[in-house]
Amino acid sequence: MAEMYFTKEHEWIKVTGATGKVGISEHAAHELGDITFVELPKVGKTVKQFDVLAAIESVKAASDIFAPLSGKVLAVNEDLDTTPETVNESAEEKAWMVELEISDSAELKNLMTQDQYNEFLKTL
Amino acid sequence: MNDSHYCPHTPEEIQEMLSAIGVASVEELFSPIPSELRAKTFNLPPGLSEFETFDKMKSIAADNGGGMSAFVGGGFYDHIIPAAVDHLSGRAEFYTAYTPYQPECSQGTLQALFEYQTAICRLTGMGVSNASLYDGGTACAEAAMMALRITGRNKIIVDGCVNPFSRQVLKTYLYNLDVEVVEIAPLDGLLNREELAGMLDESVAAVLVQNPNFFGCVDDFTALAQQVHALDALLIASVYPISLGLLATPGEMGVDITVGDGQSLGNPLSFGGPSFGFIAAKKAHIRNMPGRIIGETVDKQGRRGFVLTLQAREQHIKRHKATSNICSNQGLCALRGLIFLSAIGRQGLVDMARMNRDKAEYAKSQLVSIPGVTVLQSAATFNEFTIFLPKPADGVVAELLKKDIIAGVPLGQYYQGSENCLVVTVTEKRSRKEIDRLVRELEVAVCN
Repeated sequence: MAEMYFTKEHEWIKVTGATGKVGISEHAAHELGDITFVELPKVGKTVKQFDVLAAIESVKAASDIFAPLSGKVLAVNEDLDTTPETVNESAEEKAWMVELEISDSAELKNLMTQDQYNEFLKTL
Repeated sequence: MNDSHYCPHTPEEIQEMLSAIGVASVEELFSPIPSELRAKTFNLPPGLSEFETFDKMKSIAADNGGGMSAFVGGGFYDHIIPAAVDHLSGRAEFYTAYTPYQPECSQGTLQALFEYQTAICRLTGMGVSNASLYDGGTACAEAAMMALRITGRNKIIVDGCVNPFSRQVLKTYLYNLDVEVVEIAPLDGLLNREELAGMLDESVAAVLVQNPNFFGCVDDFTALAQQVHALDALLIASVYPISLGLLATPGEMGVDITVGDGQSLGNPLSFGGPSFGFIAAKKAHIRNMPGRIIGETVDKQGRRGFVLTLQAREQHIKRHKATSNICSNQGLCALRGLIFLSAIGRQGLVDMARMNRDKAEYAKSQLVSIPGVTVLQSAATFNEFTIFLPKPADGVVAELLKKDIIAGVPLGQYYQGSENCLVVTVTEKRSRKEIDRLVRELEVAVCN
């Protein structure tokens, strides 16, 4: 069973062993409005925790997506190139954006659990 | 205060208006502006009437060299401009409008720019064009920035045969960025491919070349494109649009980003401007394009309309992460480019390009008959070519200026050791008589 963690910038990562899939939360997708484009990184790119990982454009805004954990990009969800609206339809399931090879799982302590994130949203 | 009669009011009427608003004098009217912000003097000669001003401007304009035979190019060219260009671009709907800030209300401007983008794509063989940039130099720089974004690398290799002004603009643009710009010195007026091969590796974002290059030489960059692509780098080519009536397009060569100056398309020389720059790329790179892009759409009743599209790239949305800080374009000059291309048509452009090549070939054959004059023979040329003179070219150019001939661009100021080299340009506007006179006078100048 994959564990899901969140950042204050509304990214999530679902950790399965040494890898994790990254996306944005339903809350973020709702706030951004209709998503028109997801700019994905190149496979093989390495990032540090909270570095810019990808970018997302909606009819309202363009925003950066930050890496929840340090790691190396193993795969990207190329389906989003042609159907970016998946982010609005299924932000926390089908619309994963990047699969990371996690380089330091100790960094998980900087992230929130689902419950903590739900509490965090109430404070916004 | 009203010596030149631009203002219809008498001093009495002015006084009347001042008393109506309750101030004693014009000076008092402006007194709320702090005196240190008021101009003490405009450093201008005494005022002239409208008639006198017109005469003065005419006499200044007469110094522009209108009666000269121009064999000078180097990036700006003396081409015909069909009367339709002035007439249509001079319509007030186009002439007085600045960049559309409420774009969807400016359907005419947007449609013209949309058609412009189509024309540039057809001309260059590329997939996507923006709505224009400032000029050829900034277009080179924007293309380099695009390549840096696309590849995530930080090295640009520039062929030394690219127009020196474009190279200078490129270096200025990139000066404060963490980017390495490497120049390759020309070899016989062509790209030094051996030196380039030694530099090409996976740190290179793009290679910038020009066709025809500053020496006038025409090159085929097809193999170079493949070589560059093998390293996931990009090939940027700056081109002279009129030459595309005759030469292979950048699209056919596999170029990734094509740029150039649009002056030759319906814009007068006007002492160096204004002009416009064009940039066109493979469609995959559309989101990394700088500037504005016009898109076609339908309104809610299904009628065709135009919008500014993909604006998320632009600075008013993406702030410092925008693809470029250019959001405006050279709308009026680009419009002239579009009208020019539409007015001469596809076959017209081919005919015009041929005429340029043929006249230049005639001039070349005549010039080399002068004792001591030879021509750079490393490649085919279009309407521009490099000749070697038996003495410094700038002196010869100065001599011919006295005969109302601008003989060309002396290369010595741009390339060390090329003091005797002259780049001569022959457009369709130069008659056989003018070419023959150039040859005669040049012979006199080099033999003395």
